[in-house]
Amino acid sequence: MFEALFEYNFLMKSLLAVVFGSITAGIAGSYIVAKKMVFLSGGITHSSFGGIGIAYFIGISPVFGAACFGVASAMGIQYMASRQKVSQDSAIGFLWAFGMAVGIIFVYLTPGYTPDLMSYLFGSILTIQNADLIALAILAIILLLFFIRYYRLILYVAFDEAYARTFSAKVDLLKYLLIILVSLVIVLNIRIAGVVLVLSLLTIPPNIALLFTKNFSKMIIISIVAGLIGMLSGLVASWYLNIPTGATIIFTLVLLWIISRMINFKDKRQKTKDKRRKKG
Amino acid sequence: MSTIIELKNVSASYNGEPVLENVNLSIREGDFIGVIGPNGGGKTTLLKVILGLKKTTLGEIIYKRDKINRNEIGYLPQIAEGDNNFPVSVKDVVLSGLMIIKGHNAKMNGEDRGKADNVLNELGIYHLHNKSLDMLSGGELQRVYLGRALIGSPKLLLLDEPGNFVDTSFEQGFYDKLKELNKTVTIMMVSHDVGTISAFVKSFACVNRKLHYHDSGRITTEQLKAYDCPIQLIAHGDVPHTVLKKH
Repeated sequence: MFEALFEYNFLMKSLLAVVFGSITAGIAGSYIVAKKMVFLSGGITHSSFGGIGIAYFIGISPVFGAACFGVASAMGIQYMASRQKVSQDSAIGFLWAFGMAVGIIFVYLTPGYTPDLMSYLFGSILTIQNADLIALAILAIILLLFFIRYYRLILYVAFDEAYARTFSAKVDLLKYLLIILVSLVIVLNIRIAGVVLVLSLLTIPPNIALLFTKNFSKMIIISIVAGLIGMLSGLVASWYLNIPTGATIIFTLVLLWIISRMINFKDKRQKTKDKRRKKG
Repeated sequence: MSTIIELKNVSASYNGEPVLENVNLSIREGDFIGVIGPNGGGKTTLLKVILGLKKTTLGEIIYKRDKINRNEIGYLPQIAEGDNNFPVSVKDVVLSGLMIIKGHNAKMNGEDRGKADNVLNELGIYHLHNKSLDMLSGGELQRVYLGRALIGSPKLLLLDEPGNFVDTSFEQGFYDKLKELNKTVTIMMVSHDVGTISAFVKSFACVNRKLHYHDSGRITTEQLKAYDCPIQLIAHGDVPHTVLKKH
């Protein structure tokens, strides 16, 4: 595979996609997992399919369409929950299905065959385009800089919003900014794992991290590393086994979680044993 | 005692429903005010108005310039609204109390961490500094949040029902701590438990939309009635307390 890496441009590109994908998913994923916003993110993911459908119909970049729809639905959910007296989880339920419905209708209306529709549903990292890769790289850099610069503010607003209002008038602005960033992370990672699978790219690595730390910054770092390991091994496995990459990546991530859980379990048992021995 | 914050004809409302009406209060340096009143009477709103978290519909709040700054107020919310399962350490929670001084670009340095260590030591919970909140008891959690309110060396401490999340075994120690703090810090504490707090507060503020300030740590049922402040007086057996006659 190593020779192939340099021989085939697309392999190099998918490798880079894995790197930027794990950085973006690790950061945004840690935020949504710590804040228990996974369902909200699921809503954003699925409603962004509406944007993909419309983009096909009018003939623009599906990723761009998905990004617009993803961000708009994130705003829509926040707006419905705060102004329209709909509970947030109901608002998510609305937009989740609505986005999918719009997508299905427009894909149906699009004349001719839509060859890479499947790649948006289930991911196709091997066919990732330069523009998508560059967008993912830029997003990774923005997220890194943003989280390093405003780490404390992000941590404290995420942890205790009510208290954060005592020291910052910009709590709402920050929340909107973060949800926009999360939407963009989801949409740009759709290329890797597809609408149906992308959410686990964001949720499995942070949950692996939570087995080892209860510190938000360490959680982000471990998430990125875990994502990198899981996604790389998925990419390699799918290459050799000749099976779909997106699905294989999810599979290896789950496997990594199971292994981590076992290490963690053994670790904890050893610690309690040691304690008992000391007491005895 | 000189005034540090003055509320003049302050009114506040939620969705047009008045919660505070025409409230006047001078918070004096070194005072320990027990804020009492019925549920929904506006006690928490009063604290939020002073903190600037709740906008007033009328009136003004004057922070005496040479006495206190807006960011020199420490706040312990009613129930900590933070998520106790959030991946955050005790020390990081305490450090968040410095954000009010450092602003939202804040980064924490060694000096700040030292301050956090001192506060944790003072409250007797330094050994927990690396723990996450889900591993703490109610009493320990309360100390963590008190630490967050104290780390910025506030001149005024606003406490909202601090007795709510402690078991009674911690409560006395906690109140002793407050009494000690009151030597240097002005304290305003919301409590439903007039019986317990009358043992150490210096004055009372009865809040039931309107506010009546009572410049003494003792208050009788008649006075409460006169203030239109319908609350239950709770008597405790083994802590210093004042039992008042029946009406």
